[in-house]
Amino acid sequence: MQHVVVGLGSCGLAAGGQAVYDRLAALLPVQPNGTLLQQTGCIGLCYREVLVEVRDGGGRRTLYGEVTPERAERIVAEHVRQGRIVAEWAVDTDEAFRKQRRIVLRNCGAIDPASLEEYRARDGYRALERVLAAMSPAQVIEVIADSGLRGRGGAGFPTGTKWRLARAAKDPVKYIICNGDEGDPGAFMDRSVLEGDPHSVLEGMAIAAYAIGASAGYLYVRAEYPEAVRRLRQAIAQAEQAGHLGSNILGKGFSFRVALKEGAGAFVCGEETALIASIEGKRGMPRVRPPFPVEAGLWGHPTCINNVETFANVPWIILHGAEAFKAYGTAGSKGTKVFALAGKVRRGGLVEVPMGITINEVISDIGGGTTSGRPFKAVQMGGPSGGCLPASLGETPIDYEQLAATGAIMGSGGMVVMDDSTCMVDVARFFLSFTQNESCGKCTFCRVGTKRMLEILERICAGQGREGDTALLAELGEQIKVSSLCGLGQTAPNPVLTTLRYFQDEYQAHILDRRCPAKVCLPLLQFWIEPERCNGCGLCVTVCAAGAIQGERKQPHRIDPAACVKCARCLAECRQGAIEKR
Amino acid sequence: MLIPLLQAAQDSFGYIPPPAVEQIAQVTGIPASEVYGVITFYKQFRLKPVGRHLVRLCKGTACHVQGAEMLVQAAGDELKVVPDETTEDGLFTFTIVACLGCCSLAPVLMVDDRTYGKMTPQKVRRLLRQYRQRAGAPAQPAAAQPAAVAAEPQP
Repeated sequence: MQHVVVGLGSCGLAAGGQAVYDRLAALLPVQPNGTLLQQTGCIGLCYREVLVEVRDGGGRRTLYGEVTPERAERIVAEHVRQGRIVAEWAVDTDEAFRKQRRIVLRNCGAIDPASLEEYRARDGYRALERVLAAMSPAQVIEVIADSGLRGRGGAGFPTGTKWRLARAAKDPVKYIICNGDEGDPGAFMDRSVLEGDPHSVLEGMAIAAYAIGASAGYLYVRAEYPEAVRRLRQAIAQAEQAGHLGSNILGKGFSFRVALKEGAGAFVCGEETALIASIEGKRGMPRVRPPFPVEAGLWGHPTCINNVETFANVPWIILHGAEAFKAYGTAGSKGTKVFALAGKVRRGGLVEVPMGITINEVISDIGGGTTSGRPFKAVQMGGPSGGCLPASLGETPIDYEQLAATGAIMGSGGMVVMDDSTCMVDVARFFLSFTQNESCGKCTFCRVGTKRMLEILERICAGQGREGDTALLAELGEQIKVSSLCGLGQTAPNPVLTTLRYFQDEYQAHILDRRCPAKVCLPLLQFWIEPERCNGCGLCVTVCAAGAIQGERKQPHRIDPAACVKCARCLAECRQGAIEKR
Repeated sequence: MLIPLLQAAQDSFGYIPPPAVEQIAQVTGIPASEVYGVITFYKQFRLKPVGRHLVRLCKGTACHVQGAEMLVQAAGDELKVVPDETTEDGLFTFTIVACLGCCSLAPVLMVDDRTYGKMTPQKVRRLLRQYRQRAGAPAQPAAAQPAAVAAEPQP
């Protein structure tokens, strides 16, 4: 039978996927043996949204990109009705997918996330069945430990070890928490998994609960992910109805309930002790460890916290065995890692690669290089806790230890590609303004230190940098790292320290030459109008904040550099591309 | 259970009015000062009413490197407010958020629950004007919302 599948993850919806789906629904009425219209989660090629896949009877699959309601009509008329592929809109998926290996994303973009049947048809809940029927908790932990799975939230703590500690804790009440508080700007892996394959996370949580001896769990999701929340509510209800969650699961005497907790918007809640405080209804502020949550966590009881991606790996490992998982990766980092590829990259989207692949392979082979076609200058990994790696380190493999050695981190999976039009000082300032804003204020070094660092970066970007500023930044950064309680403060200086290490020349250009090589820091730029391209429409005059632009109508205009306040409004408004910056 | 109560209050009123804080304090036995402490800690909670439309502009990493700063300026110019303010006519509240998670469509803007990707300053102005025009016109069904801008065919 023929299927027409529309990608309705957040990216697809943002690009107008619902309108495409509605048009297709009108064109393809439900009838026996007719073409079946379905929805799915993130297919991964977000840069071509809206994506529609036509699956023909013989196993032929055609993916269409940038589909609009109008284009959908032609796809139905030519492909669905007459079997003729509309070649000009078909997406070549080979290049983007050739180096990927899908374990976590095994169902994302393949199944309808609203359908428990489709999840079950792809071995869904079979791992839980096997665990309950034939494995002791100790055996489950053994398999997970043997697989080498490490925490995918960023720090990379061995999952098997964490479960073993939680199992050993002596308390009849224990909790499982799934950390879905994906707060790193530039990261959307967890959102895509929660939206595209919610049952795999629930199944992973249930297996973990069985392994450590917990009967209750919390799934903590960011408030900014309404679609994920909706999908999860539905999935939890379905799983309870079908007896995969709740009491006496599958008749094996094991009970596990999951409650959904919506975050309220605080980045620091991604830190485990802050997250626990938030579930308890308090201000989400971290506390001193030890005791670690596996000893005393939620309401004082032993609590095992893992990230969304970690849990999504678990059912696959149980079904395929530790050896199959270990077949991918390096000595210390096994399996695969999901990355959200964004920024100035040609094929942005969600990718899953085997550990050990190099950064160059991810950016060039999978991502297709930069949008501008120029070489990439840097890649930011790990969000506000991570660092900016220069292109010269592009051969670094995806591996926890080797990435940490560069000053960046594996992180949760944000990968933002930058080219020569990105200013590294501005990027450092951007991240620091984020962490400064998100610091909970408990530790003085994090609260005050990040503020002072931000002030220094702001003055460098404003062309008022002083000699010695970079040394001051480095000193402050090192002090904040060693004097903060939680991961937020301990890693907040990383974006600054790595850019200082790899892009010192850009700092010096700002401080000594009062120049921004990437032409991003507005106060350091000069604006002028290229007379040959200016048609004298006068639009720039109407938006100029300073009245600095003069000219006769239909004659080339000019900017008075003395009056210009460098707001760049003219640049944003000019339809002729006549405004230049230097 | 404090946070779910606050979320429910905000869902009903669009913000958390002081009488609701008093009532929540009474019901839970948590001092009002502590309730305020929780409210002000989390960015989701608002103590002031919002306009009819909530305009959220994303300033995540991907949006930042794709020029979100120019969108902030354009939206501010068009609405004549600075971030976290409501327009005089009560139509728009304008805020900046850390990341909406639609990084491949950067830069991104959200009006209420609808996301608009691959924005430019011109598109931001046009979009906000469309919303304003519709507010002046008689009520229309939800289907008449401006089409997602990113749905325009790519060159």
